[in-house]
Amino acid sequence: MLEGKDLACVRGERTLFSHLDFTLNEGELLLVQGANGSGKTSLLRMLCGLLMPEFGEILWRGEEIGAARETYHAEMAYFGHAPAVKEDLSATENLDFSCRLAGIPVECDEVKGALGHLGLGHCLNLPTKSLSQGQRRRVALARLMLVKAKLWILDEPLTALDQAALQLVQTLIGEHLHQGGMALMTTHQPVMITGIVPKTLALTP
Amino acid sequence: MSTLQIVFVLLRRELTLAMRRRGDVLTVLFFFVIVASLFPLGVGPDPKLLRLMGGGVVWVAALLAAMLSLGRLFASDHADGTLEQLVLTPTPPVVWITGKILAHWLVSGVPLIFMAPVLGVQFGLSNEALGVLVFSLLLGTPVLSLIGAIGAALTLGLRGGGVLVSLLVLPLYIPVLIFGAGAVDGAMSGLGSEAHLSLLGGILILAFMLTPWAVSAALRISIE
Repeated sequence: MLEGKDLACVRGERTLFSHLDFTLNEGELLLVQGANGSGKTSLLRMLCGLLMPEFGEILWRGEEIGAARETYHAEMAYFGHAPAVKEDLSATENLDFSCRLAGIPVECDEVKGALGHLGLGHCLNLPTKSLSQGQRRRVALARLMLVKAKLWILDEPLTALDQAALQLVQTLIGEHLHQGGMALMTTHQPVMITGIVPKTLALTP
Repeated sequence: MSTLQIVFVLLRRELTLAMRRRGDVLTVLFFFVIVASLFPLGVGPDPKLLRLMGGGVVWVAALLAAMLSLGRLFASDHADGTLEQLVLTPTPPVVWITGKILAHWLVSGVPLIFMAPVLGVQFGLSNEALGVLVFSLLLGTPVLSLIGAIGAALTLGLRGGGVLVSLLVLPLYIPVLIFGAGAVDGAMSGLGSEAHLSLLGGILILAFMLTPWAVSAALRISIE
């Protein structure tokens, strides 16, 4: 489904990685590993289509992602460093707007359900600026649940979360994979998802 | 969902955000009023002189106020990651960019149009000239938002972007200023303002068709 062929990333004068190959199929989890500054985020942004690879190509269902942009973006969800949460809007408003902008009309109950599932049931209508860092990331994770994308690209989804949320996120990823989804993530924490043996991709210069 | 619906959702979001941050909108409006009010204090109270320069002063003030508001256009979306998410929606970028520019005009251009007649009266403009002033701003302020969006997109994430944006954008505003202020002058001197207004309309149509593409290209560079 998602394939990277001979990818290379150059930032400034430095080559972060080169000759990188991988494939990701339905129900699989790919962990991108590497030290700080080894280009994990760059790789993920590249796979989203935010960054052009210096070399090589990225294929989704056999098509170059630049050429199949609309179908690819309709099936992909990206969870980046910035939680993409507007501080002046409440959690429900944030999710409602971001789902609608992604072209997915959602019901109010669905939004509340997703937020409740992530333990934010008590602060649905507070402006998100009064939420903590971890709570904002939970709001962003609720978006993943709502948009129902096939491919999840997650950049350090486990940072700033407490123990309960860590467990919850891993369960969410597990459910997503069991339903035929796929996920690609970077993390510095151990990942334990029942029934899933993650593939790993190590980034070296 | 159709493209129109996406634009509508985006407008609703931007207007909700503007309502939550009324201070930002009011700052621009007060800036407009203060800049225009400084001129009579500077050049003295001669009514003939003020009437002569009224249209131009209001237009220059509108230009500066529009520029002041450009920082908000993409910067906050860029900082909190929503801009990335917008880029990653299946919607063609030109569509939501047009929506964002439209929202920017509604929030920071339209209040100027409402305020302009009050400032015009301050300069002793005739009734006809006031009408032309409002109409010229109605045609001209969207162009300010459209052209300004290119500058805002190019300077996204740069240090000192605010100063840079003025250097990039102000020269491009010159035609709008010439025809906008020219229309008011024409109405004051009895020469008629149709020619100037038609040209402003032409500029608006051209800017509306072309700038979203330029903004889309600029954003792609800035986001990398």
